[in-house]
Amino acid sequence: MIYQCRASALHATRAAASSAWCVVLALVALSFEHPVVLGGLLASVLLAAAGARVARRVALALAFALPIAVAWALINPLVDRRGLTVIARLGEVPALGQLDVTAEATAYGGVLALRVLVVIGCFALLSAAVDPDDLLRAFRRVSFRSALTAALATRMVPVLARDARRLHDAQRCIAGAPAPRRAVVRAVASGALDRAVDVAATLEVRGYGAARRAPRGGGRPWSRHDLAFVASAAALVLIGLAATLGDWERFAAYPSFAAPVDARLLGLCAALAACALAPFADRRGIGR
Amino acid sequence: MSAALCLERVSYRYPGAARLALRDVELQVAPGEFVVLAGGSGSGKSTLLRAAAGLVPHFHGGEFTGRLEAGGLDTRTHEPAEIAAVAGTLFQDPETQIVMGTVRAELAFPLENRGFGAAAVARGVEEAALALGIAPLLDRSTHALSGGELQRVALGAALVGRPRLALLDEPTSQLDPVAGDELLGVLRRLNEEWGTAVILAEHRLERCLSAADRVVALRDGAVACDADPRGFLTWAGEHAPELQTPGARLFALAGRRPPPVSVKEARRALAAEGVEAGGAAADGAGFAARPAAGAADDDGSAAGHASSRAFGRPWRRDRGERAEPALAFSSVWVELKGGATVLRGVDLEVAPGERVALMGRNGAGKSTLLRLAAGLLAPTRGTVRGGRVALALQNPGDYALHDRVGDELPADALAAAGLAALADRHPRDLSGGERQRLALAIVLHGERPAVVCLDEPTRGMDRGHKDALLGLLGDLAGAGSAVVVATHDAEFAAAFAARTVLLGDGRPVADAPTADVLAGGWYFATQTARILGGAALLPEDGAALLRREVVVT
Repeated sequence: MIYQCRASALHATRAAASSAWCVVLALVALSFEHPVVLGGLLASVLLAAAGARVARRVALALAFALPIAVAWALINPLVDRRGLTVIARLGEVPALGQLDVTAEATAYGGVLALRVLVVIGCFALLSAAVDPDDLLRAFRRVSFRSALTAALATRMVPVLARDARRLHDAQRCIAGAPAPRRAVVRAVASGALDRAVDVAATLEVRGYGAARRAPRGGGRPWSRHDLAFVASAAALVLIGLAATLGDWERFAAYPSFAAPVDARLLGLCAALAACALAPFADRRGIGR
Repeated sequence: MSAALCLERVSYRYPGAARLALRDVELQVAPGEFVVLAGGSGSGKSTLLRAAAGLVPHFHGGEFTGRLEAGGLDTRTHEPAEIAAVAGTLFQDPETQIVMGTVRAELAFPLENRGFGAAAVARGVEEAALALGIAPLLDRSTHALSGGELQRVALGAALVGRPRLALLDEPTSQLDPVAGDELLGVLRRLNEEWGTAVILAEHRLERCLSAADRVVALRDGAVACDADPRGFLTWAGEHAPELQTPGARLFALAGRRPPPVSVKEARRALAAEGVEAGGAAADGAGFAARPAAGAADDDGSAAGHASSRAFGRPWRRDRGERAEPALAFSSVWVELKGGATVLRGVDLEVAPGERVALMGRNGAGKSTLLRLAAGLLAPTRGTVRGGRVALALQNPGDYALHDRVGDELPADALAAAGLAALADRHPRDLSGGERQRLALAIVLHGERPAVVCLDEPTRGMDRGHKDALLGLLGDLAGAGSAVVVATHDAEFAAAFAARTVLLGDGRPVADAPTADVLAGGWYFATQTARILGGAALLPEDGAALLRREVVVT
């Protein structure tokens, strides 16, 4: 998942604002449990990705994340014993004891899976649409350690992606069946620490963190898109708080699963989607 | 003014390592001095540069004793980021040295880190880009750059702040001879006009000795020689022949002294003794016009072709007697979607057992041709035919997926490659040469390949490892496999290849015996060929000619 500059409102926004917007959207997803709200948020993420012209990349990331979500959905009913409606009695299982699978735990597993997909979608959108160079500059003003962490986070993805491509090519040069993909992934992952050290060493010798102040005259004025995405993020936070305090989302997974859909809930979904997607409607000044 | 670099009894051991990487190193580099660091693989060159940049011990940990000052800053009390203000550093692997998304941002990054204003950053970026010839790349994404381009951009980022001290670890290893010479020219200008002290670690010493004020040779982490270039070459002739330049070796084998530091000096020395080396190298005048019976070689190697050319017999492949080619490209085009045309109608055949060097500038299409041969790429137009192709890509570490060398190959294959003793080591802990041998053993395992292709196998390799690789490739060719090597290393190509294909703008612009291609060029030529006007490519053959010349004269 490598950033590419596109003509979109999200791309035209300063990295601090656009990344904050993506993170807020992910936090909002973590604060809700109702499947309709989460489904609405997932749809919003996909529409936002389409608005940012990175829908294919985000969809691809979600496709890669699908096995993780499915695993989450499958594991939850095996480890969570709560719930009144037993749908399968698996008997005595070593280390786990008596294993009864409940409908509530199964349904909640689905909720968790949906939430995982929304969060991964938000970060895929961040990777694809937020300029890592701008992000690096933005973090530089905060603190050296956080900046270094951000730098490694933004640089390691493309470095490891290139490593994986090279290793995959090398495996194709070997006679017989190529090594399984998991072996390549394992090799890349085991070399990640060494690569991170190399990248961090480069940041050090380029003087990263040496000057605590921002370059003189380097600031640029806040654009309409910067303001729109900050306002959108603020509105999402306010709606999230209001929904929590006002109990707009009536959801209970245990002891019996209850996820009623009423006008207030639908209004909440609509408000979240409208706030999240409104900044994309403004297409003035989106070219770079 | 204080020394640009000062080491006082510096010793260093990496965490968990049994032996010292640096041992009691004493070194002073004056402002504006140009110092070349020489030594074999693992001699401590890179560690010394990392210590000078402050990364040792701040970043790598380990045990450090002694005192090191870079640009007047004591590395025990100053962080690497502070030392970066006075020292620009370039490591070997350019891929991990690019931290921004565009070339312009990459060059601006060190200046912004130092708090420079927008105007100063913009000026610095433009100047560095112009000096290094990367101005056309400024708005390119760094993800789309080739290895050579990445290296020049990384060098630009190291030098953009006009540091007092430049610490460069094999900056030309990924560059073609033209770009390598241009880069050394830039370093020389930086050194002469800006007064920047340059410390340059290099394996191909013939490229940079003429620019150096001093050469410091390291052996097992200790300074073995610290002298001017001529003094170093004299020392190398007696104590470290593997560090001799081809020119010095040529003179040593011919029984001449002192060893020449540059081609110009060698030619002048020969001319002073009345030996005409041939002023017009391109037409091979001088020696090339004379019979060279002693240099003839039956196996079709470079020396053999050189002598055949000297006798006026044109070299040509006998198409009538040739067997089915091991590899054939016919009218092959590679046109990238939304990008450049990399190969343009390439027609090329390689016979079984043939030894071919592919040369050309960065981006000429050498790696693409090898990838096509191995089936990693499909041509846009045209066909590629051949038997099994074993391709060793540029980074030999990419072939090892396990935590033990012994898990990469069966024991008998490991033993056959001479790697049995390393079975319990982690592949990442192997030296460059050992890693290359392991990669070759992995790609050669199984059915004997019809073609063995290697992409830049000598990058960062010392001469001992190169000689071992030459032996291995010779054995492969002797067993009937065609061997194709893409390389920027003219000396290696001359020693290995019977035929050299020079690629330019995506197609072969020269395809002839190695002696013809590497004898008459300005850039794509060995040092021996440049000294002797193209009469011989390798020091051994050149020395034979020189000895005979003395007798004739």
